This record gives sequence, structure tokens and C-alpha cells, in this order.
Amino acid sequence: MAKDWRRGSPGADIRLLQRTLNPKANPMGKTLFDKIWDSHVITDLGNGFVLLHIDRLLLHDMSGGKALKEAIEKGYPPAQPRLTYGTPDHTMSTQPGRTEKTHPPGEPLILSMRETTRAYGIKLFDLGQDGQGIVHVMGPEQGLTLPGTTLVCGDSHTSTHGGMGSLAFGIGSSELVHVIATQTMVQRKPKRLRASFEGKLMPGVTAKDMILHLIGELGTAAGTGYSVEYAGSAVRALPIEARLTLCNLTIEMGARTGMVAPDDTTYEYLNGRDYAPKGAMWDRAVAHWRALPTDPDAEFDREHTVDMKNVAPQITWGTSPEHVIAVDRAIPDPSTGPEEKRGAWEAALKYQGLEPGKPIEGTKVDWVFIGSCTNSRISDLRAAASIVKGRHKADHVTAWVVPGSVRIKQEAEAEGLDRVFLDAGFEWREPGCSMCLASNGERVPPGKRSVSTSNRNFVGRQGPGARTHLASPAMAAAAAIKGAIADVRKI
Amino acid sequence: MDKFTKVTGVATPLMRQNVDTDLIIRIERLVDNVTRDGLGPYCFEQIRFKPDGSEDPDCIFNQQPYRDAPIILSRENFGCGSSREGAVWALKGMGVRAVIAPYFGDIFNNNCFQNGLLPVALPIHEIEQLADEMKASPGNARVTIDLENCQVVSPTGRTIPFQIDARRQHAMLNGLDDIAQTMSHKDVITAWQSQDKTARPWVWL
Repeated sequence: MAKDWRRGSPGADIRLLQRTLNPKANPMGKTLFDKIWDSHVITDLGNGFVLLHIDRLLLHDMSGGKALKEAIEKGYPPAQPRLTYGTPDHTMSTQPGRTEKTHPPGEPLILSMRETTRAYGIKLFDLGQDGQGIVHVMGPEQGLTLPGTTLVCGDSHTSTHGGMGSLAFGIGSSELVHVIATQTMVQRKPKRLRASFEGKLMPGVTAKDMILHLIGELGTAAGTGYSVEYAGSAVRALPIEARLTLCNLTIEMGARTGMVAPDDTTYEYLNGRDYAPKGAMWDRAVAHWRALPTDPDAEFDREHTVDMKNVAPQITWGTSPEHVIAVDRAIPDPSTGPEEKRGAWEAALKYQGLEPGKPIEGTKVDWVFIGSCTNSRISDLRAAASIVKGRHKADHVTAWVVPGSVRIKQEAEAEGLDRVFLDAGFEWREPGCSMCLASNGERVPPGKRSVSTSNRNFVGRQGPGARTHLASPAMAAAAAIKGAIADVRKI
Repeated sequence: MDKFTKVTGVATPLMRQNVDTDLIIRIERLVDNVTRDGLGPYCFEQIRFKPDGSEDPDCIFNQQPYRDAPIILSRENFGCGSSREGAVWALKGMGVRAVIAPYFGDIFNNNCFQNGLLPVALPIHEIEQLADEMKASPGNARVTIDLENCQVVSPTGRTIPFQIDARRQHAMLNGLDDIAQTMSHKDVITAWQSQDKTARPWVWL
């Protein structure tokens, strides 16, 4: 694609010519990803591997305390405790008035995290404290997530932070111990995929619908081995919280990291946040960040463009995020689908208790969950509340709202959103991951159908036998009101 | 880390796409105080057991000769989803030493190499053929994975080459720990950090 230098900046054609004559004289433009990656390479380890510096390490209760303990036991105390931040989110109850004791299985993990972070001076946004929240909500909210930085966390949805222009990815426990010990990672450079969304968002369409639509088009493994950059006029127009949602689901198409180039929207969001640079340092940082966006003549290994005219409110029907359709469409029929997917589609429909060919709209729903690192920010709660206001949930539906952080909860309460939800029969709960993955015992019961604003509709994800349909906050709110999967555009 | 050189044994055809790590190990097993070594009984519990806790005889993991098999054959994107390393620990706990699939979830793939579990990438038609050869002679068929020579030997004796990064091959063959290797670059890391503190002071809180 970069062969088409006419689309590049003035002078791109000259650079291309120079590169042809002498490849080292004036290298091709770089992508946002390459700029951040290359500037973090400490040393080349050979065979395609490099040692990459990690600027931010975020810890949560599932793996944070355990990894710190393991590192210390191996003789490696935290290398850079001031670049490391933690908050519990996975294992505690979100019941109003909760403590770490409310869900006893999580208590040892939270206590261990508290003890190890305290011992090494790592800042912990603890239960009951300002700043506590879902780790991927906390980072941007505190201004810890900065453009141009590398950020890792022992959680696959770390890609969320890419919405700030940070190269952020999820890692496993052993890699976590490696980062604690060395502040580096041994990494191999992924390929580059650019997903461009062009045009304007149609009514009822959100960032959640954009990314679900993309995963539906490309499939759940399209990004395996890639880093993703989201671009195009529709992405540029998205506020930061929507960009975080967009990047959050990057792992659901297989890529560990997804990013949006920083711009004035990013700087406006970040300016004044607790841990963001201040004063002259702020100006210096912004000047640095302005050079990060992908150069016009940079090359990607793969390009995909989505025309926003084709993006309608989405809902998943099956047990993989790629099992997704526009809400006004019929449930797919495996016999007419691609042959290699037939078995998976049949198994998914059986698990979900759905009939092929029927409209998905109107399918009876038992539970609604509004929350998770995907969709628990203040704009998500406002979008849901705007549907709920003045209405009441259907009698047979249990509906939960779980704000992403203590600050979001306070902000929502100051705006009266809690009253909107409570008056409509919803539960208004404490911040945490909750029913997204049910690691705190909060589950959708077996066989029950849930519309959820989270990120995974895997078999048993929300509890053994639970049937999950992923959607945007407004769509989830509409489902709670109607008691069935509903088209938010008709509410 | 456990070394991996060669494994010969029964290969279980779990011929599904997108086997996610939630399916391999439920998250609450990683919250409960189960040790890494104790996760085997919970591996694939959602398909191995019925809701009442009894074994599902239709599940291939509960059938002979696949019970305790050291190799799994699967379709595309094995290990997608959550970053939980418990998925690798659970597989190892169930006795699995290697998984053969066309490709793997990126984070799962990395986690395997931290634990001596070998992910082998082969084209789907080769995996389908391996599965057919296993089913044709379930009592006697064995698959060999030879990491030193980067080849899989099928039950009928066909050899199928596979590719692996030289660095990872070396680490697996010798059971090397990444941290110790990285620590040998400690001076370079410190030097990089001190120049970065001048170049990007706002990163250093």
C-alpha cells in the first residue's frame, strides 16, 4: 500500500526514491507502533528477539501479589517500584458495603497484594480508597497511562491502554515476574495491521459496535501475531473513553496490542490528571508525543477499512466474539455458513439455546450486566442511563450496574445516575470486574441468558452454563427494559 | 523451567477451533488456593464433567487411550483469550507436554515457553491426518515430537518438519530461565534507563 506514495506527505515520493537508491539514507516513514517499539529497545538479543524496556507495570489482585512474592522468593526484588502501580479488581465482591472479607476466596489474594506492595513502596489503590477500580480503568483515569510508553499487566485486556497511544499488552504470570525483576521483557516484534474506520457513526452505534463489527468481519484470530492501529475519520472523532473501549477488544481478534495515535483529544483528557506531567514538563511531553503518529508513508503488513455506513448496533449470538451480527439480523444458520465454521456454529447455537434463522431481536433475557474494563466508564453509564431514565426494567430481569472505579461511581452519583438505575430496578454496585469473568463468585446462573457490556462470550465465562450476548451499554440497558434482546434505535 | 527434548505418546484429537483459556481452566480455580501443580483435575472441567460432577463419557479426554495423553491435537487459535498462565499449568497438571495446532493465541504461546510446554505449529491438513492416524489405530498409535530435530513423527512413521525460533528452541532444550539471561544485561539496562531519564523525564515518577 505504501507504494502509493501520492497519498503520502509532500516529499514522500522523494524519500521513496532515496530509499530505493540507498536504503539507509532516508528510511521509510514509521508507524506509531514502530516508533514506540524502536525507542524502547535496550538491546538486540538476536534471532528476532529484543530486550524491551517497560515504562509502566500495573498489578491486580489475581496475579499481582503472587508475582511479587515469586520474584522476591527468587531473589529479585522489584526493579522499579515507582513505575509499578496496583489495584484490586478481580476477586472481591462488588456488593454495596463490601470489604475483602465479603468474598472469602479472594481475601488471601488481596491481603498478599497489600503486604507485598507495602513492603516495596509500590503504590496501591486499595479497597475503599480513592483511585481503586478496574486496573484498565484506573491507569488512564489516574494519568498513569501516557502516550508513547510501554505498559504491561497480567491481563489480556491491557490493550485497553492503547486508546491513550500507549503500547500496552497483556502478559502471563512468568513474564510478570520477569518485568518485576528487570523492568524489561524479551519480545519479538509483531507485524502491523491498520484498521481504518471511515465515515460517521450511525444512530445507536458506539465504539463497542465498531470493534465487534470489525471482529465479525475479520474473525477472532485475524490479529494473531499483529499489533493493531485503529485509524480513520470515525476513530479520530471518538472521545478517549470510546477509544479505550475500541482498544479493549483488540485481544478478541487475537492481537495483544491495539492503539490509537495520540492527538488533542488525548492531551485534553490527560491534562491535569494526578500522575500526568505538569507545567513545563507537560509542554515537553506533549511536544514529544506530537511526533508519535504514524508517518503518511509508513507501511503496514495488512490494511482493512470499515465503512461506517455498514456498522449497526451489534449483538453476539454465539460463544466467540466473532459470532456477532447487527441486532436487526437473523441468527445465522450453520448449514449456509462457511464449511470450516459449521461445527463451531452448531455447538455455539446448542450452548446458547438459539434457533438458526430466527430474528435475534426479541430473544428473552434473564440478566443484564453493565460494567467491565470494556464499558464501565462514566460515558458508558450515561449512555445506559439515558435509555433507562423514566422506565423500569422488565420484572423477570436481574440488572446490575458495576462502575469501573471509585471516582466513576462518585461522579455518577453526583449526576444522579445511581438514582436513575435504582429507580428502574437495577442494582448499583461497588467497582470491580464482577460478572465479566465471575472470578469473585458473581455469576449468571446456569442456562440463564445475559446481555453483557463485557468482552467475552466464551462458554461458561459468566458462570458455568451461562449464555452471554455482548453488546454496548445502551443496548444492554434496552434489553433490561424490554426483557429481551432489543434494538436500541427503536427505544 | 522443565526441559523439553522429545516426547512420544498418544495424541488426543480435540479438533475444535478457538479453544480459549477459560475453557482450559476456570478462573475461580486460580482464585481458590490451588497450587500450580494441583490444577490438573480442573483442566477442561467444563467438557470433561457433567454439571453433577460425574465424568462425561462422550468427552475424548475420558476415553481410552486418550486419558493422560501427553499430546493434544487441535484446530486454529488454540489458547486464545485470557492471559491466565494457569491454562498452561492445568495442561501440564493433566500430563500434557505439547499441543499441536495451526497457530496459538499469542499470550498462551509465550506462556508455554515459560513452562516447558511445547506449542507446535503445523498446517491443518497435517493435523487432520495425524488425528486420522490416531483414530485408525487407537491402541497402538503414537506421535513423537522431537524438538532437537524440529520434527513430528506420525503414527505411520511420516516425518513432518516444524519451525521454531532458535532462541526458544535453545531455551526449551536446556530448560533456561529468561530472568537469569536478562540479568546478564543489567549494565545495558541501567545505561538505557539513565539516558531515558534525561530524554523522557515525565515517564520517571
